[in-house]
Order: sequence, then C-alpha cells, then structure tokens
Amino acid sequence: MSKNLFSQTEALIFDKSRPGHKAYFLPESSIEKLDKKKIIPSHLIRKIEADLPEVSEIDVVRHFTHLSSKNFGVDTGFYPLGSCTMKYNPKLNENTARLPGFSWLHPYQPVETVQGALQLMYLLQISLAEILGMGKVTLQPAAGAHGELAGIKIIKAYHDSRGDTKRNKIIIPDAAHGTNPATATMAGYQAVEIKSTPEGDVDLDALRAAVGEDTAGLMLTNPSTLGLFERNITEVTKIVHEAGGLIYYDGANLNAIMGITRPGDMGFDVVHVNLHKTFSTPHGGGGPGAGPVGVKEFLAKFLPIPTVEYIAEKDIYVFNYDVPESIGRMKSFYGNFPVIVRAYTYIRALGADGLKKSSQYAVLNANYLKKLVEKHLHVEAPERFCMHEFICTPKNIYDTGVHTLDIAKRLIDYGYHPPTIYFPLIVEEAMMIEPTETEGIETLQEFAEVIGAIVNECKSDPEMVKSAPHTTYVKRVDEVKAAREPNLRYRRPIAE
Amino acid sequence: MNYIPVTELEKEAMLKEIGINSIEELFREIPDDLKIKNELKIPKGLSEYETRKALIKLAKKNTDMNELANFMGAGAYNHYVPTLVDHLLSRSEFYTAYTPYQPEISQGTLQNIYEFQTIVCELFGMDVSNASVYDGATAVAEAMIMACDKKKNEIVISKGLHKEYRETVETYANGLGITVKYAELEEGITPLEAFEAQATDATAAYVVMYPNFYGCIEDIQKIAVAAHARKALLIVSISDLSAMGILEAPGNLGADIVVGDGMPFAGPLSFSGPSIGLIATTTKLSRKLPGRICGMTEDREGKRAFVLTMQAREQHIRRDKASSNICSNQALYALANNITLSTLGKYGLKEMAENTLTNAHYCKDKLLKIDGVEMLYEQPFYSEFAVKLPIPARVLQKHLLKYDILGPVDLGRFDKDMANVGLFFVSEIRSKDDMDRLAFAMEVIINEQKFI
Ligand SMILES: Cc1ncc(COP(=O)(O)O)c(C=O)c1O
Repeated sequence: MSKNLFSQTEALIFDKSRPGHKAYFLPESSIEKLDKKKIIPSHLIRKIEADLPEVSEIDVVRHFTHLSSKNFGVDTGFYPLGSCTMKYNPKLNENTARLPGFSWLHPYQPVETVQGALQLMYLLQISLAEILGMGKVTLQPAAGAHGELAGIKIIKAYHDSRGDTKRNKIIIPDAAHGTNPATATMAGYQAVEIKSTPEGDVDLDALRAAVGEDTAGLMLTNPSTLGLFERNITEVTKIVHEAGGLIYYDGANLNAIMGITRPGDMGFDVVHVNLHKTFSTPHGGGGPGAGPVGVKEFLAKFLPIPTVEYIAEKDIYVFNYDVPESIGRMKSFYGNFPVIVRAYTYIRALGADGLKKSSQYAVLNANYLKKLVEKHLHVEAPERFCMHEFICTPKNIYDTGVHTLDIAKRLIDYGYHPPTIYFPLIVEEAMMIEPTETEGIETLQEFAEVIGAIVNECKSDPEMVKSAPHTTYVKRVDEVKAAREPNLRYRRPIAE
Repeated sequence: MNYIPVTELEKEAMLKEIGINSIEELFREIPDDLKIKNELKIPKGLSEYETRKALIKLAKKNTDMNELANFMGAGAYNHYVPTLVDHLLSRSEFYTAYTPYQPEISQGTLQNIYEFQTIVCELFGMDVSNASVYDGATAVAEAMIMACDKKKNEIVISKGLHKEYRETVETYANGLGITVKYAELEEGITPLEAFEAQATDATAAYVVMYPNFYGCIEDIQKIAVAAHARKALLIVSISDLSAMGILEAPGNLGADIVVGDGMPFAGPLSFSGPSIGLIATTTKLSRKLPGRICGMTEDREGKRAFVLTMQAREQHIRRDKASSNICSNQALYALANNITLSTLGKYGLKEMAENTLTNAHYCKDKLLKIDGVEMLYEQPFYSEFAVKLPIPARVLQKHLLKYDILGPVDLGRFDKDMANVGLFFVSEIRSKDDMDRLAFAMEVIINEQKFI
C-alpha cells in the first residue's frame, strides 16, 4: 500500500486511540490520595470518563503535524483574502509574545508585579489613539465584531446619558460586512440598510432620507468594502451629526490609510481596529484577534471597564474600575493579551515612518495588481485608484458559464489562496483581492498571469474549471449533505 | 524597519505600469484637508534587534509566575500544559491561516474544529458544540441570548457566578430587553428558594457556576429539575475546566447549555490572554448556537471531508437576523485545547483532577491549622476554597511575594466586605513543599502583622 501523507485521509485522533497508551506524565505527589467519595456527593461524581483518546506523545505530534500539512497559511503562499489583510506575520512578534515576563502572568497579580504589561497596554493605547485620531482607546474587545458591539453600546450610552432615548436605529450601507447589522441587533438597535451608489459610495440622498430623530448612528467602513475611498466622507459625517447621530468606523480597512489620514479627522466618533489585520498579528485559523476601540474624548467616560491608566505623580500604571458611566464589561479580564503584545511589537518596530510606508505600499500593490488583472477580468471602478484592495468579477466571461466560485477553486490548483468571494453583496460575483504590502512584484505578476491563464481555461475548457480544484487531495465538498445530515461530532461505535 | 519586499527600482516599474509618478498620487481622492500634515507622534522605527531588546526590557518589569508558587485562580486556572502544545501551535500552516472558508485547503483547521467540538461535547456531556467564542464570560452571555426570546426575557443568575462574568452578561443584556436577576448565596451555594424567589413565567433560564466562584460544588441536578419545572433552561458555567475529570458532566445532570473557558488548556495564562469560550448544547437548541460550526461530509469523490456548516445562523448570511455577531473566534486556542486534552486523554484528565482534589484539600487542612484562619464556607470543593483571614488578603498577598508565593486572590477586589477573605487555588502542579511553604509563610506573616 502506498502511503503519501499529502494524499490520504488523516484518521481522527479518536480513531488512533489504543487502550493503555499515554502521552502525559503529571508530577508524582507524596501526599496520600484522597478518596473523592468522601468529598463530593456521589451523584455529582463523574461516572464515565470523557471519551478522550489514549495515545502516545509521538502519535499526538504526528497527528497534528499531518493536519497542519492539510492547511494553507500566509507562510505557505499568497493569500489575497480581501477585507482580511493577510499580511506577513513577523516571527519576532511570536517570540516577544512568548517572553516569560508576558506569558507567565496571572490576571490578578498585584499591579506592582505587572507594571511592564500595563505599560505596554498603555503605550499601545496611546499609539492607536494617535494613528486613529481618537481621544482614548480600550484594548478589551477580543475581535472586530466584539469591538463593534462595544462601540455601538458606547453610542447608546451617549444618547441615553442625554435622555435622548427615542433613537433606535443604526444606519448601515448595503455594502457593509455582515457583522455590522448583526452588531446593531445585538446592541438592541434596529439596523436600517441604505443603498450604496454602484461604486460603493454612500448614496447621500439615501442617507439624507434615512436620518432623523430616530437615528442613533451610522456604521461605515472607509475605504469602503469596494476598496475605494469615500470621497464624500465629510458630507456623510456632517449629515449624520446634524441629525444628532454618531458615526462608527469599522476599521477593517485601516491598512490603507495609516499615517495618511485618520478616522478621527474624518469625523468619526467611535472606531474599532482589527489588530489581526492592520497590525500583523496572525489570524490563528480564525482567531484569536483583537478589536481595540477608540473614541473621541467626549465618549471616553463610556469605555468598558477596566481602563488602563498612568498615574504620573506616582509613576505607576493601574487598572481603573471606577468608571461610573461605563457601558460595563465586554469580557472577563483584559483582552487577548498575547495579541496585544504582538501588535505593540509591530508598531515599535515599524514606527511612524514604517506604518505610513506600509499603507503606501499596500495601496501601491493593490493598484499595480488591479492594472495587471484588468487585462483579464472586469474590475470595478477601473478609472479610479483603489485603496488597499479592489474588486474584480468574471462579467467579461459570463458567456463561458464559469462563476467566481469556480475561478476561486481553480486558483487553488495554482498554489494560491483564493480571494474573498461574493462579498460585498452589492457586486454580483465579486472577487475581492487584497495583496497587502508584504508581497513582492513577482508574486503579483505571477498571480495576474495565472488569472490570465484561468480566463483562457474558462474559454477553452470551462468544465475543467468548474470542477476545480484538481490537485488537492480533498476535492469540492458536499455542503448540502453537511447541512442536511449534520454530523458535528464523533461518537465511538458501540462495541459488539 | 518594515516588511516590504519591494525595491525602489521595482516601485518605479509599478508606478509606471499604473501610469503615475509617485505613490502620493494614489491618494488623490482623499481630500487635502483630511490628510495628515506631519508625521504621526509615534517613535521612529527600530531594527529587529532593538525591538526585541525593548520588549525584553518591558517584560522584565513583570514578575513572572514561573519563579513563584502560584495559588491564584478565580477564573484563570493554571494547570499542566504539555510542551508539545506550543510547538504544534507554532506550525505556521495553522497560525497564519484564517477562517476555513476554502475547505479544500483548510482540512487541518476543519478537522481540528470537529475534534475540538467532540471533546467539548464529551467533557460537558452534550450533543453539539461550536468552534469557540471569545471567553467564558461572553459564552454565558451568548447562552443567555440563546435561551431568551420575546416572551421569555428574564434570567436568574446565581451570585456564585464569577463577578466579571455577571458584569459581562449585564452588558450584553442591556439593550436587548433582557432582565437579569440574581439568586443570593447561602453558606456559599445557591439554595433553590433563591432561584424560585426571582423566577416568573418570563424566566428563560437559571445560570449557575460549577464549581462556583468560591469553589463550592453546587448541586446542579436539583437546580436543573427546578428550572425545568418552571419551563426554564439550565445554563451551567464551568469554572475550572479540569473539574470535568472528576465531576459529573452537566449534560448528565440536566443542563441545557454548558459553557466554560479553555484557558487552563490553552497555554501559559498570559495575563488571561488565551481565554477561549466553550459552548455546548442539546441537538434541539443547536440551531441557536452562535458562530462557526464544522460538520463532517464528503467531497465530490466520496472521500471524508469537513466543512463549515449550519451557516444560516451566521452574520455573513443572516446579517441583522443572525444568532450572534461573532465572526473571528479563538480558533488557535481551540487547537491548543484539542492538543492538550488529546495528550492528557481519558485517564490523564482524571488523574489531573484527582491530584488537584487531593492537593487542594491537603493545602486547606494545612492552612486551617493557622490561628485565626477559617473556611468561609463549609461546602464540598474541588480546586479552590475561600478562607477568612485575621489580616487583609491584600496585605497577606504582598508579604507572600517575599517568599516567592503568588496568591491568594483578594476577594476584596470583588466585594468590599470580603477584604479579609483569600481565595486559594491549588492544582496538580503544586508540590507538597509549595504548600508547606505557603502554610509556614502565612503563619509567620499573620503573627507579624497582628503586632503592627
Ligand atoms: C469589513 C469587516 N468588518 C468587520 C469584520 C469582523 O471582524 P472580526 O472577524 O475580527 O470580528 C470583518 C472581518 O472579516 C470585516 O472584514
């Protein structure tokens, strides 16, 4: 039997279990073992062990190493997943996050013993406030969507504090990410969708018609989810402010503008940033990220507890729990601290100059790639410069019957992670490409050439493209079966 | 420094292709009055070597727990995590990937989620779990949202739930029209009457921590019966996850939703960084779960494969009607939990829990020999217990540091009336010597302080 690791199904760790095998060695205790029945009421004692595998250390290591080989990361290859900013994750940051002085800390250690951790948090807070043009920042939210929830709650707290309780709507353009309307609902607001212009700008007339006495705020991404700078941003913020609403900035696209322009200067009142995008912390296969929130000074009193403060007279950093008008707490403890250490390391290494350069090259790379891709596919807003990402579609080859999904899957055969597809919803068959600044010219050229080659394949052999990928071990997956017959966990077959 | 692999010459070529002369032109759509005039007020960049030095300097200002014997828990429990975990997490195919949207090249992440879901279900005795939420506190909040609807919009939470969890739940409830009520403790546990006193026809769920914040083991079976009699659900929040090696699984005692925090099995506590919310429920409630769920299916050729499924609950499909707004979760720590619990296995988790129980009780007996030290509550406990002290816990904590001992958690930080109560956590990694030293040092400190 041939055994190619890359072309075989990896058995579940549970199927590798063999009675008597073990991979753990706990400290031997010289204390006589206690009889649990003497302590715990019998009905609360576990009768049957959790069915965890019995495996040796080498089995565990090989199992997860095999699984890793079935994955594609930024280190594997080009990962132009639009809106997600899959930039290179510096190895230095991995090391600093693991320094014992950061990793071996209990959250309730006396503050005198964690001054370095608090100082780092404080420094990251003021750095982000400067980058965003905001007054004060909290690092507590665990991801972008969590930051959105904190931010919208801050907007609510602001209106409530003024006795202005009739505002029950959050306006969200139809180009927005799904977390925006979901957040509005979770914060107890009604999400009101407004149409965007075909280029993804806010439709000013639609906005004017939508705002009113019931407007709590507007959620906006700028650059928009179409990768274009919202040219009317000053007008947008003016309309909402004049109606008495506040304006929320979804910072998913901040990588385009660091050191160039700031949400605070554009008129935004509340902002979240995704440290796992703009500030290069790894995406971890879906997390952990971090979604710090920045607010204008007049909203600082609503930030979640605890805040991190510096008391200059005593030269000490502290947690402040005494924030009477705070929206409360968003999670236990203080945030995804190792992510915070990585992001701070990144900002310290790059400095003001490096951050700006990163945004400039992110935008340069995107525009260059857009030019090259335009030779093969339809691109949105071809006459405008895009920011850090752009959208293309197979509109020009619809007659081949090939869809965006097929092109995405075919890209896998050429060794790329596909772009974000079918988002934003307002562009039919959207493919959102974000190269980031950490890719070189050759990668971009090769990628564009492959797009060209695939477009040719769509014309010459559309069926082949429609059944891609062909080179992976696992081929297109039956999602309907997964949904119809949910198999969401393993159960050991009952022995005969 | 920066991570930009483009030379000046290459930049020129790119600008030429775009048809412009400078990068600045790319930003022409940004109104001039919005452009930053000067540089950001952030220090200039450093080389890699200098950055590392700067970070080491900051890290050195912290007292690293490794050099101390730790007796602090209270939501952040320090158990043994095998060395191999961080090595496997460090495989960049795992940590530099994102959400497995493309199953053909994400089977590693997906199979991990499936195995992780299985392990969570096994630990809790439940049918269905997900790829994780942010932490234990938000997991309770998400469970609350699952349980509530327009008619049933109240929950009754035991005061034995971690205060920071209660605060988080209140933040989430506020604005959703959900009323949060509390059941008071009596002698450290929640009597049924305390729940009943708060319950109404609108009560959607009872929430209890197991073991509770003070370490006491609540009889969740009784509470489940009472909740169900009221047509309410029982939400159980596990404090120290390792307790699942010794305590009956909540699912077998009638719980409808079980949550917990996988921090103890994710790696070093990192100031609470590696928190990861676990959430599991019954098949009946599965379509209300928040976040990503992975299912087993087949590929086009009939080979076993995994894929994200039941997505009709999620924000990218349902938008304002989604079961939650969660998008990114704590995936890498789900991997860590899967690896740790696979390494410990069936008997390792049990042994860990039994050793923890033994150590915690040895420690308690030792401490109670000290004059003036008493148990706060006389209830069965697992890894944590609260004791009344003749001196403020904060003072004791400070002096114990001189003996290289970290702890106990000062309950005064949660409740002003408890300034003289210390919450001690003891796990399988504390040696007899650590505990003897703790008892010795405590006795000395208490005697000294009494005379000041
Ligand atoms: C535009 C936008 N908003 C919000 C989010 C949500 O961020 P997170 O996944 O960190 O919660 C994303 C992430 O993909 C996004 O692209």
